[in-house]
Amino acid sequence: MPKVKVVERILSANDQIAAENRARLDAQGVVTINIMASPGAGKTSLILRTAEALRGRLRVGAIEGDVASSVDADKVAAAGVPVVQINTGGQCHLDAPMVTRALDALPLDDVDVLLVENVGNLICPSGFQLGQRWDVVVSSVPEGDDKPLKYPGIFTEVDAVVINKIDLQPYLDYDEAAFRQTVRALNADVPIFSLSCKTGEGVADWADWLVAAVDK
Amino acid sequence: MHELAVTESIVGIVLKHAEGAGAKRVTDIHLTIGELTGFVDDSIQFYFDFISKDTLAEGATLTFKRVPARARCRQCGHEFEPSPVTLWTCPACEAIGGDVVAGREFFVDSIEVE
Repeated sequence: MPKVKVVERILSANDQIAAENRARLDAQGVVTINIMASPGAGKTSLILRTAEALRGRLRVGAIEGDVASSVDADKVAAAGVPVVQINTGGQCHLDAPMVTRALDALPLDDVDVLLVENVGNLICPSGFQLGQRWDVVVSSVPEGDDKPLKYPGIFTEVDAVVINKIDLQPYLDYDEAAFRQTVRALNADVPIFSLSCKTGEGVADWADWLVAAVDK
Repeated sequence: MHELAVTESIVGIVLKHAEGAGAKRVTDIHLTIGELTGFVDDSIQFYFDFISKDTLAEGATLTFKRVPARARCRQCGHEFEPSPVTLWTCPACEAIGGDVVAGREFFVDSIEVE
């Protein structure tokens, strides 16, 4: 029986469309950041705080991914940020074709940084490329310090980690040092930012890092 | 997770190469899957049987070569398999973190045809 050598990498249709999105965004000079987290970790709050902190430095746009509703996009639009809401209708993650359609509806000429809020989930979003340059995971203090132990995959792959809701630290048994140590064991050099979207503490450091990273 | 999309891609690659070789039928498909990709053999097999129906690849046997994850320590260069307990801590020098040297493979290695 003849054997045919193939050695061809398996790319899903999604990966191919993601590569097209990336080429389009690069050509437009738009840096896209895929923000992933559990439901309620503060993804929308982080987008609002980030847009505020970057005002006058970088022009922010947003894509809001949710299973249903336009609650998040309404909040972001009210802050004066160009935004498109994607409703996945049950799908647990955004995919590249959804982002393609959202890009068609955004004024990309007026955007330097596109913040994409993925569906709240720590597993599936990390398996689907969208055309992003960076991946960020947000983990909040009430979720506990053991999240990276339970969901190592996503922490291994991201380019930055944000710890949100540090203002709640006094009321909870959250060991930030333990959290950081586990993240380091999975992803040695990843920048980790501790902040509170409620009080604004720590947001400036995160915003400064973004500005420097976008300039690179 | 999400084996359907990649199985479609596998069938596409297999058919392209089978047709290129003038084959009448594909009997075997050899896949290489790194541990870190998270893809599950049984799911791929399940979707394959469904998607390959009425194609040259219908009825082909899938074989999976699993590649364990391996990391190289950034401190001492020692290569090791990350464990669920110690994660990416080097067993030789206990430094944390390493570069992935194996485990992200995901490709169609070869096919056998008639």
